[in-house]
Amino acid sequence: MRHIISLLMENEAGALSRVAGLFSARGYNIESLTVAPTEDPSLSRMTIVTSGSDDVIEQIIKQLNKLIDVVKVLDLNDGKHIERELMLVKVKASHQYREEMKRISDIFRGRIIDVSDNTFTIEITGSSTKLDAYLDSLDKSAIVETVRTGASGIGRGDRILKI
Amino acid sequence: MSIKKFTGAEIVIHSLHKENTEFVFGYPGGAVLNIYDAIFQLKKFKHVLVRHEQAAVHAADAYSRSTGKVGVALVTSGPGATNAVTGIATAHMDSIPMVIISGQVPTHAIGQDAFQECDTVGITRPCVKHNFLIKKIEDIAPTIKKAFHIARSGRPGPVVVDIPKDITAEEAVFEYPSEIELRSYHPVEKGHQGQITKALELLISSKKPMVYTGGGVVLGDASEQLTKLIKKLGFPITSTLMGLGGFPADENQFLGMLGMHGTYEANMAMQECDVLIAIGSRFDDRVIGNPDHFLSKPRKIIHIDIDPASISKRVKIDIPIVGNVKSVLEDMNEVYSTLEKNHDKKIQSDWMATIEEWKSKKSLSYKNSDKVIKPQYVVEELHKVTNGDAFITSDVGQHQMWAAQYYPFNKPRRWLNSGGLGTMGVGLPYAMGAQLAHPEAQVACITGEASIQMCIQELSTCKQFHLPVKIINLNNRYMGMVRQWQEFFYGNRYAESYMDALPDFVKLAESYGHVGLQIEKPSEVTDALKEAFSEKNKERLVFLDFLTDQTENVYPMVPNGKGLSQMILSEDL
Repeated sequence: MRHIISLLMENEAGALSRVAGLFSARGYNIESLTVAPTEDPSLSRMTIVTSGSDDVIEQIIKQLNKLIDVVKVLDLNDGKHIERELMLVKVKASHQYREEMKRISDIFRGRIIDVSDNTFTIEITGSSTKLDAYLDSLDKSAIVETVRTGASGIGRGDRILKI
Repeated sequence: MSIKKFTGAEIVIHSLHKENTEFVFGYPGGAVLNIYDAIFQLKKFKHVLVRHEQAAVHAADAYSRSTGKVGVALVTSGPGATNAVTGIATAHMDSIPMVIISGQVPTHAIGQDAFQECDTVGITRPCVKHNFLIKKIEDIAPTIKKAFHIARSGRPGPVVVDIPKDITAEEAVFEYPSEIELRSYHPVEKGHQGQITKALELLISSKKPMVYTGGGVVLGDASEQLTKLIKKLGFPITSTLMGLGGFPADENQFLGMLGMHGTYEANMAMQECDVLIAIGSRFDDRVIGNPDHFLSKPRKIIHIDIDPASISKRVKIDIPIVGNVKSVLEDMNEVYSTLEKNHDKKIQSDWMATIEEWKSKKSLSYKNSDKVIKPQYVVEELHKVTNGDAFITSDVGQHQMWAAQYYPFNKPRRWLNSGGLGTMGVGLPYAMGAQLAHPEAQVACITGEASIQMCIQELSTCKQFHLPVKIINLNNRYMGMVRQWQEFFYGNRYAESYMDALPDFVKLAESYGHVGLQIEKPSEVTDALKEAFSEKNKERLVFLDFLTDQTENVYPMVPNGKGLSQMILSEDL
C-alpha cells in the first residue's frame, strides 16, 4: 500500500543522503521525496511517498527513527491528512488548441503562468492522483514537458508533527 | 592573563583522554601528522602501531569486545580510511562500540580530488552507527563527546569522526563538555513492565519453553541476570555464535550453539518449542534457517532487544520488550519471584525428557584418529590445556565453527569472532586487542591457513608490542568451509579452494622473531599446546601449525534454505 511518511530531521549536510541511502541499502521503494527547511532553520521537513506491505512500512518507520539525525517520524496514513503536489506542465498551445487547453486547465483549477506563441505553461496543485488525472486528460502529443515536486503532506486538525 | 589555547590536534588527544582512552590503534599518514605530533608530545595514552589500517580497527574492536569499553582507532585520509572500512563494517554488524578518527585533506582541498582524498563520510555511511565531518575547530570536543556517547549507548556501534588537516593545526580554547544533549537520540533503557509480566506468565504456563540468546547479552553485560533467571526457571537455553559465554556452557540446561552448525538438541528444541524467548538476538539467517520452515510450527515468541528495528524484522513477534537487556532481565528476576509460586514445573517435565533424548544423539561426536590430526581434537585439547579460561579469537570458516562447538565458554567476552560480517583476517588482530587489554591472560587465535594470511603482517606488530598470543593454525590446505560447500552442493568441484604455495609457517613465524612449530601427528598435539603455553614461552608468540585432516567437515549442518530440523548429521554418529 502507498504511504506518506513525514519526518523532521537535523538540517545538516549529509542528512538527506542518510535517508536516501537507507532506502536504497534496504531495498525500499521511494515514489517521491521532498525536503526543505522548516520555520525553525535547524530542522528540515521531509515527505516521503513509499509503498510496501504493513511489515515493510513498519520496518521503514523504525529504520528512519534509528537514524541519529532524524528527530521525529510520522506515518500520515495512520490518520486523516491532506496531501498536495505542485506540477508545472508545458503544453502545445498553437492557435487551434489554445481554447481547448485553457478549458481543460480551468477544469483542474490550473493557472496559466507563461504564454508563448506555441505553448502554455500551466501550474497545477492537488493530490498526486489529481495531477495524474490532469495529464491523462491531455493528448499525449500535446505535452511538451512536465515537472512535479512530489507530494507534501500534513495531518488534519490537531495531528501535528513538531518537536 | 590570556586563556590557554590548544591546537585542534591537541584537542583531539585531550578529548580522547577525557574519555579514558587507554589504547589508540592506528597508522600515521599525511592528514593525521598533526595529531601524531600531539600524541608524541602529550603522551596521554599508548599508541599501537599496526601494519595495515584494517588491523587497527579490528584490534580496537577486540579491545572493546573483551573489555566492554569503547575501542579507538586512528587512520589517515584516503587509503587509510578505505583500508579501515572492512574493520568498521565488521564492528557495525556485531554492534561493537568504537570511535574511529580519520584524517581528511584540508578543508579548502575537499572536493578537489586532492592527494589521498576520499569521501570518508560517504563511504562509511552505510556501515557506521553515525559519522561526522568536522567543520570548525570548536566542534572537535563536542563531536568527540557525541561520538563516544552514540557509540556506547543504545544498540552500540562504530562512529567515525573525519577531521580535515587544517583544523588540527588551528588553535582554540579547550573545554570538554560534561554532558551532551542530542534531541534526536534517546535510546530506550527500561522495558515495559506490563509486557514483562505478560511474558513471564506465558513462559511459566508453557509446556515446551525455550530460551535463545544472542550477542546482546554479552554486549549488555547481562550474563549474571540471565544466568540467575534461567537457572530459576529451569528452562533449556541455547545461544547464537555471538552470545556464547553469556550463559555458562557447563550447565546442563545449556544445549550448545544453535543454527547452521548448531547442535541437534538446540535446533530441534528451537523448532519444536511452544513458547520461545529471544534475548538480545535477531533471528539471523544463519540462526533460524529458512524462516518459512521455522514459522511452520505454531509457537508464541517473546523478544527482548534494545533496538526496536530488530523486533518483527524477520519473524513476527507476539510479545516485544524493547529495552536494555540487563535492565529488562533484572526486572524479570524481580517479577518472577512474585510469580514463582504459580510455576508448576511438572507441566514442563515431558519437554525436558524429550530434550534429554535429543541430547543423547551426541551430535558433536567425531571419530578421532591416530594417523591424522582431527581439528576438533586440537580445539578440545586447547580447552584442556588452557583450563577453558583463555580468550579465544577466531577467523572465519570451519575452524571458527569448531572453536565455537568444542571450546565451551563459561564467561562472557572470552570468545571474539566476526559473526555478522564474517570477516576472514580478524583472528590475529583480535588476539592483539585482547592481549593488550588483558596482558596476563592466555590468548589463543584459532585460525586456518587461508584466514591467517589475510592479516599475517600483524606478526610484526605482535613482535613490536611483545604480545605472546598463541596461534592455533588448523592447516588443512583448503579454504575448508568453501571446500565443504563444494563437496556438498557443487558435485566435488573444488573451484579455487585449494591453498597452493603455502609459506613455511614455522620459518615465517621465526623470521618475525617468534616461535614456530609444525605438528603432524595426533600424538604430538597435546605436548605442542603445553609447550606453547609453558612458562618458557610466556613472553613469546607461538605459531602452532597443525596439519589437519583435509576432508573433515563441520557437523551438524543445516543446508542453506532448509529448516532447523533438517540437519545433515555426521556419518560418525
